[in-house]
Amino acid sequence: MDFSFSDEQQMLLDTTRRFISERYDFEYRNTVRDSADGWSRETWTALGELGLLALNIPEQDGGIGAGAVGTMLVGNAIGEGLLLEPFLSSAVIATQAIVELASTQQRERWLPTLASGELIAVLAHDEISTRENPLQVETRAVRDGDGWSIDGNKSVVYHAPAANLLLVSARIAENEIGLFAIPSDAAGVQLLPCVTVDEQSAAAIVLKDVRVSGDARLGGDAKVALQSALDIGLAALCAEAFGAMQKILNATIEYSRSRVQFGAPIGSFQALQHRMAEMLMHLEQARSMSYLATSQCTDPDPLARRAALSAAMARMGQAARYIGQQAVQLHGGMGMTDELNVSHYFKRLLAFELRFGSTDQHLEIYRLRLQAA
Amino acid sequence: MDLDFNAEELAFRDQVREFLATALPAEIRDRMHRSDDSHIRDDIQNWQKILHAKGWGAPAWPVEFGGTGWSKTEQYIFETECALADAPAQLAFGVKMVAPVLMRYGSPQQQQYFLPRILAADDWWCQGYSEPGSGSDLASLKMKAERDGGDYVLNGQKVWNTLGQFADWIFCLVRTDSSGKPQRGISFLLIDMKTPGITVRPTRLLDGTFEVNEIWFDNVRVPVANRIGEENAGWTYAKFLLGHERTNIAGIGASKRELARLKQMAAAQPKAGATMLQDPLFATRIAQVEIELRALEITNMRVIFAEAKKHAPGPEASMLKIRGTEIMQRLSELQMEVLGPDALVYRDSSGEIARETSTYLNLRKLSIFGGSNEIQRNIIAQMILGL
Repeated sequence: MDFSFSDEQQMLLDTTRRFISERYDFEYRNTVRDSADGWSRETWTALGELGLLALNIPEQDGGIGAGAVGTMLVGNAIGEGLLLEPFLSSAVIATQAIVELASTQQRERWLPTLASGELIAVLAHDEISTRENPLQVETRAVRDGDGWSIDGNKSVVYHAPAANLLLVSARIAENEIGLFAIPSDAAGVQLLPCVTVDEQSAAAIVLKDVRVSGDARLGGDAKVALQSALDIGLAALCAEAFGAMQKILNATIEYSRSRVQFGAPIGSFQALQHRMAEMLMHLEQARSMSYLATSQCTDPDPLARRAALSAAMARMGQAARYIGQQAVQLHGGMGMTDELNVSHYFKRLLAFELRFGSTDQHLEIYRLRLQAA
Repeated sequence: MDLDFNAEELAFRDQVREFLATALPAEIRDRMHRSDDSHIRDDIQNWQKILHAKGWGAPAWPVEFGGTGWSKTEQYIFETECALADAPAQLAFGVKMVAPVLMRYGSPQQQQYFLPRILAADDWWCQGYSEPGSGSDLASLKMKAERDGGDYVLNGQKVWNTLGQFADWIFCLVRTDSSGKPQRGISFLLIDMKTPGITVRPTRLLDGTFEVNEIWFDNVRVPVANRIGEENAGWTYAKFLLGHERTNIAGIGASKRELARLKQMAAAQPKAGATMLQDPLFATRIAQVEIELRALEITNMRVIFAEAKKHAPGPEASMLKIRGTEIMQRLSELQMEVLGPDALVYRDSSGEIARETSTYLNLRKLSIFGGSNEIQRNIIAQMILGL
């Protein structure tokens, strides 16, 4: 048992936090939010210079290979800073998929530019049919000479409008899924951009007879790698959510110290003290579950991995809901405004509950496993 | 004991239903159904005019002032049916808030001028109560009103002013004396929004909407004749206002409407070869809120029944406010949850805003405004439990 972090890991966290406090304060973040793209190329490039986009690239490929713990710590800081850049989408999930599946040639082509931030890749996987079974892909890829022709619909892909490269999952045969690298400006690819509840840019993607060459495919059957990339992404999202929870609780405690009503700081009222004590207990349970998700997200036993990750999502979803709602409540009307950061953390935590399956869905996954045992 | 309405009350309900079916314009009903606030000013005013033409413009006013003279039960039935039919809620600031104060404490001139205009939707009223430093602790308010001849001169700031961007008039609590207990030096003023020196600044909320404002007063002159009652006695009138017109505070009609919508949504949402309504866990969640709502409906009727026997509503209104707002918030959570990942999309490629998600965000206000649910619990502890 050891809950400490190595010097390198601690340095990673400190570096990311310092960068965010110096270069990405709340005011700057809102300027980015209100910009046309909704994310900052400048920040993205700087993250690349700090090496943070190479965290999930193995050392032998020229990356940092920081592993799940390193990714968790950077994820904490990104959640704390409410970053709008595609860290999770490109530097964690898409990078992981490429690392797991790509040929030497493909790695050499994509990994260096992913690390620098020049290339932004996103995994275009979710569909209506994947909501109940993550591998129930209905987008189809059929042979077209030496290449492939791809048709289908992908729903809410975070940061797709920012991406140069879409990693599209498509069914090749009854029991085989392929992953295809498709430039986002390829003929037949249509992006329907949207803004998510946590103010990030995303898009639904329509693929109509998109033709790609044979070398656009990454590896063979992509099922195992897809699940792996999604699970590592899920653990990183948990880390972001934990960072947001910690910040929103701190903001609430601070507010309760400074807000005076009835001649006393509202934090001196026992009813509110108990509420914040409850929030803290949720936070600490969430931290534990974020650690669980991080340590189990690479577990080779798929059943154990599934159970741990669903337990983490179910518990952290409850914590996100309680802490988020109570933080708004304790801020009173101010918690409802766009002006304070509280409402933005609240929305980030709401998106956390919706992005990788709801709290109830994860409870159900856990229950089914419990009943089967 | 009989939990059901009697024959007379049922006949009244049918009469209200028939009226709503014919008199509520379809385009207003559709906008309300979609929570589309783009025409909210016109929708509320036009509906008030229709109600007024029918003689139903003020369900809770006595007949002598142009009201219906309805019993509390009839008022409850009317408000519930209106909510179920997707009618716009009447603008509370006029009909339900300043009007009772005018009737009880206003001068005959004030009553004669303002009440008919409220009834006919000639004036849009808003409220100036909270200030940056005075929310739950309203009596600590600081906005200054100093006498200068026949006028008060106002300086200060009000916050959380709802829909004041459309207002013709605002009723305000102001400080006319700072020497004694905070409650003693407050006066209640009626202020024409066109008076020079008033600035309305919209506050952007978490869902991107602008339904509340900050209002700044810079040397705003208000005739002393626009004061309600006595100088420095405004706290009494404010308390009267807050304790009044709470027949609909539980929002039973609105919650029933949203519960029905939740079930429709769940029945249409696929889940594991069936629907979300057939999903045991989700259906259990709906069952829990439906049962809570049924209990609150009966509690609400018990309160109305008890109120009919005495004069003013008691601290039981706090119970109705807490549970009623909790139920509405819960329903908005479940409506959002039915959508699953679709609830993530806040603004889609055509610019449409996700109703369920924005409603969920927006309704967090319910447990904050109108006396936060924490303040309501204090009232229960002090006034009901005697602690």
